[in-house]
Amino acid sequence: MSKLGNLGARLHRGEISYDFIGHRKLWYGISILITITAIVGLAVRGLNMGIDFQGGAVFTTEKTSVSVSQAEDYAKEASGHDAVVQKLGNGTMRIQIAGMDTQQSDKIKNKLAADFKVDPEKIAADLVGPSWGDQIANKAWQGLAIFMVLVVIYLAIAFEWRMAIAALVALIHDITITVGIYALVGFEVTPGTVIGLLTILGYSLYDTVVVFDSLKEQTKDITKQNRWTYSDIANRSINGTLVRSINTTVVALLPVAGLLFIGGGFLGAGTLNDISLSLFVGLAAGAYSSIFIATPLVADLKEQEPAMKALKKRVLAKRAQADVEEELAEVRGDAVDDEPEDTPHAVVGPRTQPASRGRGRGRPSGKRR
Amino acid sequence: MAAPKRGRSASAQSKPGRALALILIAIVALTGGMFLSGHTTPRLGIDLAGGTSITLEAKSDQGSAINKANMDTAVEIMNRRVNGLGVSEAEVQTQGDRNIIVNIPKGTNSQEAREQVGTTAKLYFRPVLAQEATGPAAASPSPSASGSSSASPSPSASKSGATGEKATSSSSPSATPTSQGRAVTDALKADSTPSASASASSPASPSASASGGTATSSEAKLQAQYAALDCSKKAQRTKAGEGAKPGDTTVGCGEYGGVWYKYLLGPAAVAGTEVKKAQAVFDTQTAAGWQVTMTFNSKGASKFADITGKLAQNTQPLNEFGIVLDGQVVSSPTVSSSITGGNAQISGSFTQEEAQNLANMLSYGALPLSFKEQSVTTVTAALGGEQLHAGLLAGAIGLALVVIYLVAYYRGLSIVAMASLLVSAILTYVIMALLGPAIGFALNLPAVCGAIVAIGITADSFIVYFERIRDEIREGRSLRPAVERAWPRARRTILVSDFVSFLAAAVLFVVTVGKVQGFAFTLGLTTVLDVVVVFFFTKPLMTLLARRKFFASGSKWSGLDPKSLGAKPPLRRTRRPAAPAHTKEA
Repeated sequence: MSKLGNLGARLHRGEISYDFIGHRKLWYGISILITITAIVGLAVRGLNMGIDFQGGAVFTTEKTSVSVSQAEDYAKEASGHDAVVQKLGNGTMRIQIAGMDTQQSDKIKNKLAADFKVDPEKIAADLVGPSWGDQIANKAWQGLAIFMVLVVIYLAIAFEWRMAIAALVALIHDITITVGIYALVGFEVTPGTVIGLLTILGYSLYDTVVVFDSLKEQTKDITKQNRWTYSDIANRSINGTLVRSINTTVVALLPVAGLLFIGGGFLGAGTLNDISLSLFVGLAAGAYSSIFIATPLVADLKEQEPAMKALKKRVLAKRAQADVEEELAEVRGDAVDDEPEDTPHAVVGPRTQPASRGRGRGRPSGKRR
Repeated sequence: MAAPKRGRSASAQSKPGRALALILIAIVALTGGMFLSGHTTPRLGIDLAGGTSITLEAKSDQGSAINKANMDTAVEIMNRRVNGLGVSEAEVQTQGDRNIIVNIPKGTNSQEAREQVGTTAKLYFRPVLAQEATGPAAASPSPSASGSSSASPSPSASKSGATGEKATSSSSPSATPTSQGRAVTDALKADSTPSASASASSPASPSASASGGTATSSEAKLQAQYAALDCSKKAQRTKAGEGAKPGDTTVGCGEYGGVWYKYLLGPAAVAGTEVKKAQAVFDTQTAAGWQVTMTFNSKGASKFADITGKLAQNTQPLNEFGIVLDGQVVSSPTVSSSITGGNAQISGSFTQEEAQNLANMLSYGALPLSFKEQSVTTVTAALGGEQLHAGLLAGAIGLALVVIYLVAYYRGLSIVAMASLLVSAILTYVIMALLGPAIGFALNLPAVCGAIVAIGITADSFIVYFERIRDEIREGRSLRPAVERAWPRARRTILVSDFVSFLAAAVLFVVTVGKVQGFAFTLGLTTVLDVVVVFFFTKPLMTLLARRKFFASGSKWSGLDPKSLGAKPPLRRTRRPAAPAHTKEA
């Protein structure tokens, strides 16, 4: 732990940092690759929709002594799909199987009758409509669209439009990847899956917003100095919030991993798989995209601004002018990181070492509250 | 989110004890309430607990066709009805061409649910022709104002003549627009005069040319029916108004203040399908209490304006219209003036529940088809306890891993983290348990997973705060100022990001129905609780603990050790002497 604590400290001081922004092309590339794979997977394999979405067949048996789990096995064997089996109050059984047409359902009815050792006539077969139907699924999409619009407006007001766009791109990125993996793995899409996906919405943005919040704070007075470009500071915010990102992602992923691998895998609980897989992939993608996609995108967009271009020019000129001095300034800059919060870390140009020391002595922090 | 503001003043000041006491009292009160109410576990959805399954079959004898569009509309309306607020996890689906299956989780009053789903459930606004408290009483013919007929502007009404006597004779035809030709008897004609003009504006009335004379037998029948009707008897109540078509004059029962009234009702003036929206609102301005507001679609608005314009000129009870659901009069508001523009309020001494029920009926009351209950049976859980147990076990293991991680990383601070998680877990559980009976909230497996993931969201808030504190310490501050200085920045981050989560939940809740709505509710609830816990528990607890020597001295095990956090040695040296001064200050 202390190693990670040290890492945090060193990240905080900027002693070590990973140049996320500098390597952004690499990460963009990786993301585009994953996204294309996801889209191809989706196009080629499609999604395996559950009974709630595409409807299916419902078989009602007469009173039977076959157990629910046995019936599940029979039904799966007969149809090749997962079945939902319910025992009804009068001892009869209701078996629901997704995606059946009349012909298939007749075949399965006969098979089931053989398994249950009853007369096929005694099993009632009926096709059911999708209870989640287009209507409810459409409403979920509608909700998603409205949410995206609102969140873009909110982020554009709370932060700025570039961040709103970057956050949106990251969000779409996360959803695409998750859906793509669903297509590739071939898990059945149930209402639980959709709900898992919708959970990611909030969570993915949550992560992104935390990084943006730090970025906004640190770039408040960016034009008043000429030592750091916007990208530098963006990189710094990522590194500064990196420990938090790692911690929160680990804490969020652990229970989901528990659900996925222990609940789903070990105990063989099918439905848990659907939900926890979408959550697991989505959470991981969300953490990834907030660091590797959203923030570099903001930096890219921001560097298009004339003010930021001018700043970059100034900074580069200054750096070229005095490489050695720059080294010194680095050290000094860190010492002055102990600024009151109203001055961002990065705005350190004019400060001098003595001032910093004097401030440290003469101002008991209790007083400043 | 009013909580943050209060939290700011209560906890950012030096009164952390008060905030802690507040939340502890809240927890004790809620937990006490939970045990008192006897609902100590959250209600489970049908996938986990099983429940009741109702099969409904569309009836073909009623006018509208049984087709996919109508079935889908019916499913949607039933879904809204059984899900009420959208959190009860009931499922509605079509089966075959003409059946609808409704699955209702255990613990719901299945009798009530059956009534809600409704067998016929058609809603109409009908003018009241006569009304009296039930029992063996004679008809109470309150003569109508003569102005009513002359004032009616619609062409079909003018055909019915201007004088009272003529209106009387023509009232029966206009009230009997269908070929079945039910009409009111002479004794009731006086009463029905206003309704004649009112019904003239209903779409059915243009065809109202049946002669009054031929309909005498059915008039007599209806009259007899009305006279014989005893609404205090349940069997009669359910039969009253059965099979009446929208254009018929009919009888019906309704209850007001514990007394049953019987009604003679004119042809439907507005259909329930023409109500766009209805809502229960609390009128704070005029202190009139709970009201129901309605908005009609354009067709309904003009019809409603017509009928209210006519009814308003009459005297009690002929200025009332009955809101009739399945032959039962659910409400009979008095009209005092013509209501144009398509917006109307119904006020009365409603309780909140009554107002909401009425609003629900108005919003979702009109099914396009009639249904007959085919079978009602109990069903076992589709997923079963096995899945729930697996989920809970996995959740517990995941939580244990989280705890191990937090202890390893945050050491002493993990006490704060775990206590916050615990408070958050208790609050979530208790509130979910209480919401079961209160608004029919039920927890299905996806929601259980969502709640487990909410651990991550909750943990995120205090990780943001902890990291801020540690950053402050790294910059050489001692713990107490670090705790206070880190708070405003952490608070902003937490609020901004929680707001995004809450926005997602709120949008989904408003836009969607069914399971997604239930889930959105869970997500919103946990987000709000996260804010509450961080403001009223984590922060004050942190402030208190910062005063403890164990934390303030930066013990190696506190998780706030300046040395291992990498506070700079030179700064530490200058800080050290300052530290005791702070303690004295306190």
